[in-house]
Amino acid sequence: MHKVLIANRGEIALRIIKTCQRLGIQTVAIHSEADVDMPFVKEADEAFLLGPAQVQQSYLKADDIIDIAVRVGVDAIHPGYGLLSENAEFVRKVQQAGMIFIGPDADTIDKMGDKIGSRVTMQAAGVPVVPGTDEGIATLEEAVQAAVNIGYPIMLKASAGGGGIGMVRCESEQALSQHFESVKTRAKAYFGDDVVFLEKFIANARHIEVQIFGDNQGNVVHLFERNCSVQRRNQKVIEESPSPCLPEETRQRLFQAAVDAAQAVGYKNAGTVEFIVDDNNHIYFLEMNTRLQVEHPVTELVVGYDLVEWQIEVAKGNELPVKNQQAIQSNGHAIEYRIYAEDPVKFMPSPGTIGKLDWGDATGIRIDAGYVEGGKVTPFYDPLIAKVIVHAATRAEAIQQSQVFLAQVDIQGLKTNIPLFTEFLPSEEFGTGDYSTAALPTWLERQKEEKNND
Amino acid sequence: MTEVKATMAGTVFTVNVAVGEEVAAGQVVLVLESMKMEIPIEAETAGKVAAINVQVGDFVNEEDVLATIEA
Repeated sequence: MHKVLIANRGEIALRIIKTCQRLGIQTVAIHSEADVDMPFVKEADEAFLLGPAQVQQSYLKADDIIDIAVRVGVDAIHPGYGLLSENAEFVRKVQQAGMIFIGPDADTIDKMGDKIGSRVTMQAAGVPVVPGTDEGIATLEEAVQAAVNIGYPIMLKASAGGGGIGMVRCESEQALSQHFESVKTRAKAYFGDDVVFLEKFIANARHIEVQIFGDNQGNVVHLFERNCSVQRRNQKVIEESPSPCLPEETRQRLFQAAVDAAQAVGYKNAGTVEFIVDDNNHIYFLEMNTRLQVEHPVTELVVGYDLVEWQIEVAKGNELPVKNQQAIQSNGHAIEYRIYAEDPVKFMPSPGTIGKLDWGDATGIRIDAGYVEGGKVTPFYDPLIAKVIVHAATRAEAIQQSQVFLAQVDIQGLKTNIPLFTEFLPSEEFGTGDYSTAALPTWLERQKEEKNND
Repeated sequence: MTEVKATMAGTVFTVNVAVGEEVAAGQVVLVLESMKMEIPIEAETAGKVAAINVQVGDFVNEEDVLATIEA
């Protein structure tokens, strides 16, 4: 593999380019008009303009991207996360054009991208799933009937959904009636597919995921877990590894279930199996993400491997760099913070120009940033500015280092969620480590009450 | 006559009212999508929708007048 095109933008494009550079692989960037001055464009060996800022006219133009790749003679395309990364049709087109797609098979992406289908596949493989419907729900009457059988509260979800979009928690039949049509409409608008289904809402759930890796020779290993329970708007903002709140026996069950899940679909390359874990440490399969994830750096820091390098090795047809599960060790504790251009209180995006970007003393801190000072965070894309990843011997030390580091970061010109982190880190909710996905919203409520009582 | 303005740049995701319709203060007039988020745009005053200047799919900039309401 001599030349790779990165079909993505921002921090993840830059992060993939860096590994390619280390491995002596040439890189090709594609970009929109809005991103012409972005670091990833400058860092790549070659860069090509795709079109206007809107993703439909640029980053999602699969045929144009493939044409460029063929024209400049790339061996492979890395899709990053989001955008075309889980688009099976794109994968097929890449392969038909004679190139390697750095990721799993198109059929696997199809199978796991459909949330209802993946539930059925996992049950057949003996992996426990969240109680719910194994078929799409067409009408409100059907939904009401199914909800009675499952029991409220329920989650109403788009089968093709993801990224926290297209799901609503319903406490009652009235709420279900209220949201049913709007979830279908959103599912159609965002994912081109209006199939919805129901799942039982698991109270006090912890969101735990397992990083797995498979190769073309049938080897599958896991690279431990990530706890992603700190969420706002159903989207992760802090991820850590290992999880601070799991009995060892539960961890081992998660690893086994994740490996079983991967083997059941003959999984190749990097993937993540997401679970929720309830109060009694019962585990439930939630979904499988057939791509490299935003939060992969926490895993990289504890296991000490470069996952993009692993992806490239597997894509070339080689065996996993480490096939022996026992040889893969997790060391210390890593925490990732997603630095978003957003109002830290209202969680509303805050686009603008980064007038100042001073990370201060970042000794020993990993920063995967997509922007430099003067960069414009435009309203066309996800508001992620950077990821800050802290690795220390223990969780307490990692939190302590995070507080010191985040407190001295100076970003001006737009709002960021750093103040949320600096206030939330010392909280009891986060400190104990035994927190559920309700922790951040609960803490925010308490802050509001305390402010009102002042 | 009050103007309903875009609070930030984005794409019109839904238009929730029609011209001639009576709206309450705080009612969602339309929803923008920006940076992978839905941004509800509310009427600041009650009144009748006099004009809607955009349609679903349009890209708008911050401060663009999306609709007008007459008291």
